[in-house]
Amino acid sequence: MNIHEYQAKQLFEEYGIPCPKGAATSSSDEFGTCIDSLGEGLVVVKSQIHAGGRGKGTFTDGFQGGVKLAKTKEEALDYANKMLGNTLVTIQTGEAGRKVQTIYFTEGADIKKEYYLAVLLDRASSRPVIVASTEGGMDIEAVAENTPEKIFKVFIDPGYGLADFQVRELVTKLGLSKLESKNAAKLIRNLYTMYCEKDADMIEINPLITTESEEVMALDAKVSFDSNALYRHPEIVALRDLNEEDPKEIEASKADLSYIALDGSIACLVNGAGLAMSTMDIIQHFGGSPANFLDVGGGATREQVVAAFKIILGDANVKGIFVNIFGGIMDCDVIAHGIVEAVKEVGLELPLVVRLEGNNVVAGKKTLDGSGLTIVSGDSMADAAQKIANLVK
Amino acid sequence: MSILITPETKIMIQGITGEFGARHARLSIEYGTAVVAGVTPGKGGQTFEHAGVEVPIFNTVAEAAAATGATVSAIFVPPPFAADAVLECVDAELDLAVAITEGIPVRDMVRVKRAMQGSKTRLVGPNCPGLVSPGEGEDSKGGCRIGIAPGYIHKKGHVGVVSRSGTLTYEAVYQLTVKDIGQSTCVGIGGDPVNGTSHLDVIKLFNEDPDTHGIILIGEIGGSAEVEAARWIAENCDKPVAGFIAGATAPPGRRMGHAGAIVGGAEDTAAAKIKVFEECGIEVAVTPSDMADALLRSAEKKGVTLS
Repeated sequence: MNIHEYQAKQLFEEYGIPCPKGAATSSSDEFGTCIDSLGEGLVVVKSQIHAGGRGKGTFTDGFQGGVKLAKTKEEALDYANKMLGNTLVTIQTGEAGRKVQTIYFTEGADIKKEYYLAVLLDRASSRPVIVASTEGGMDIEAVAENTPEKIFKVFIDPGYGLADFQVRELVTKLGLSKLESKNAAKLIRNLYTMYCEKDADMIEINPLITTESEEVMALDAKVSFDSNALYRHPEIVALRDLNEEDPKEIEASKADLSYIALDGSIACLVNGAGLAMSTMDIIQHFGGSPANFLDVGGGATREQVVAAFKIILGDANVKGIFVNIFGGIMDCDVIAHGIVEAVKEVGLELPLVVRLEGNNVVAGKKTLDGSGLTIVSGDSMADAAQKIANLVK
Repeated sequence: MSILITPETKIMIQGITGEFGARHARLSIEYGTAVVAGVTPGKGGQTFEHAGVEVPIFNTVAEAAAATGATVSAIFVPPPFAADAVLECVDAELDLAVAITEGIPVRDMVRVKRAMQGSKTRLVGPNCPGLVSPGEGEDSKGGCRIGIAPGYIHKKGHVGVVSRSGTLTYEAVYQLTVKDIGQSTCVGIGGDPVNGTSHLDVIKLFNEDPDTHGIILIGEIGGSAEVEAARWIAENCDKPVAGFIAGATAPPGRRMGHAGAIVGGAEDTAAAKIKVFEECGIEVAVTPSDMADALLRSAEKKGVTLS
């Protein structure tokens, strides 16, 4: 689960991770109060969306930049009014962009140098890793590619926790002054505590900055959380912003379905995550384009199948449907009844190819055949994928 | 033979009185698996009955192991308690803990994995379908089924299957069985980013098992476990190996159902992993329908008989 920068900064404050003073609002009436709550000087006006590349983004009305530096209150108000309600397109949002519904104002910082700092899971070692770099404010993957010697990592023993020598190693390699090192060490410790206590998936500060007065602070913040651990963090769940999610994905999560919207024309409904992913792949292999990832799980009910059909058909790009079920334990006939019921309920007019295999498959196929509906049957995954790709062409 | 489990392996089920655990305990008993104990704290002394088999229930794993000789546990407890359930198996010095549970917090697994270092117990999973070593009987009955895989699609034989995905494992197994090619052991290692047993761990076991003549390696986007396994195969394994990677069409940065199925960079995409498979002499299945055929192609090239 992702949160906004301003929410991340509030958590940073709780954990003693310094950042420039800021205030956020979703209402243009409060812009003035927010700006007044900050100190004198420059104001940074920041669009709040769950996507990176905001600074270099463009709004759909042509206004440039989702992050702006204002010299006066009037200038800040002007920028904020242009951003709020406007749609921002960045390299991470896709062409459709995201509507900006919250503006975050922060004090301008007196930057001496920019760095990079993050904590996340290293899958290969199954340990948390802290990643730091002297190259702040840049795309870290590009830094890793071009100048790997400028990236420093410490792997943390989850039994012992972050060790003092590891913190010393990081601040030394970053080449910080004595006072900066002291401040950075405290920040790194607090960052790791937050990562653990909040079950974060990743916390990324890019840039982390030093100031002329040798303070160290987080200028930006990108924080995501482990969805599996949300049950023990109601305070994090409360930060969820449904405006940032695809409405179809929200519907799907209500029905306990795992759904991800894509931009193709062949919808798929599958049981199992691995099979669902490879169903998308095989559609593309035979010249089609998948409209979604949809895993109905191992114990799908008739109601879930009906809900799944409704979600799929809510996507205007969909020109055909591919149902791919390997009923291991799941009864194919239950799925077949679900499909028939769903098709009757939603009045399907698009081509539908069904591949059923596994437990009670004979009864399932009989249910489909006897339904009087136009359902094309596929013998194998490949056969069915070819059929739906041809029908949609 | 088989790896990790045999038809004689005695298993216990943690969470046997829950709906999910009970359902699969019954299916394992019907398959002919030696389910000898159940563990549910507070229900010790009760009995779980199915098809004429009486399974005693214990309060703790250690008691269950001492009383019944069970060496393996299948864990069906809910996510908030699953990490503790694994640690209990470690403490009781079981050979194998198989965590079926989906949705365990990553931090819990990171700590469990660290705590298991140097212990006697191996963990398979979590978020996995478990293991099957098929038996000689009708629909492969008489084998050892631990977890949630459909037993009847298997057939006893000589192909090892290892996968992060449950349904893709079933797909591969079914393709083999309809071609009359049996399996030695099928292992679902799970779709989470932190798991106990890796692709490579299982590949090494298959390589050493004289009864496994060929291997199907099924992976997906995210992480580097498949790449690590492939590089080892290139150096150390002469057996025919077919590989498949799911997720070629997955958008970067999105979790595709499995917590671990996420493209993070250029190295963990499907295309990158398939390229490594090809470099390492693994016969790549072009589509998931091609997994058994890919293994047959590899076996033919190496002059190996699979059945």
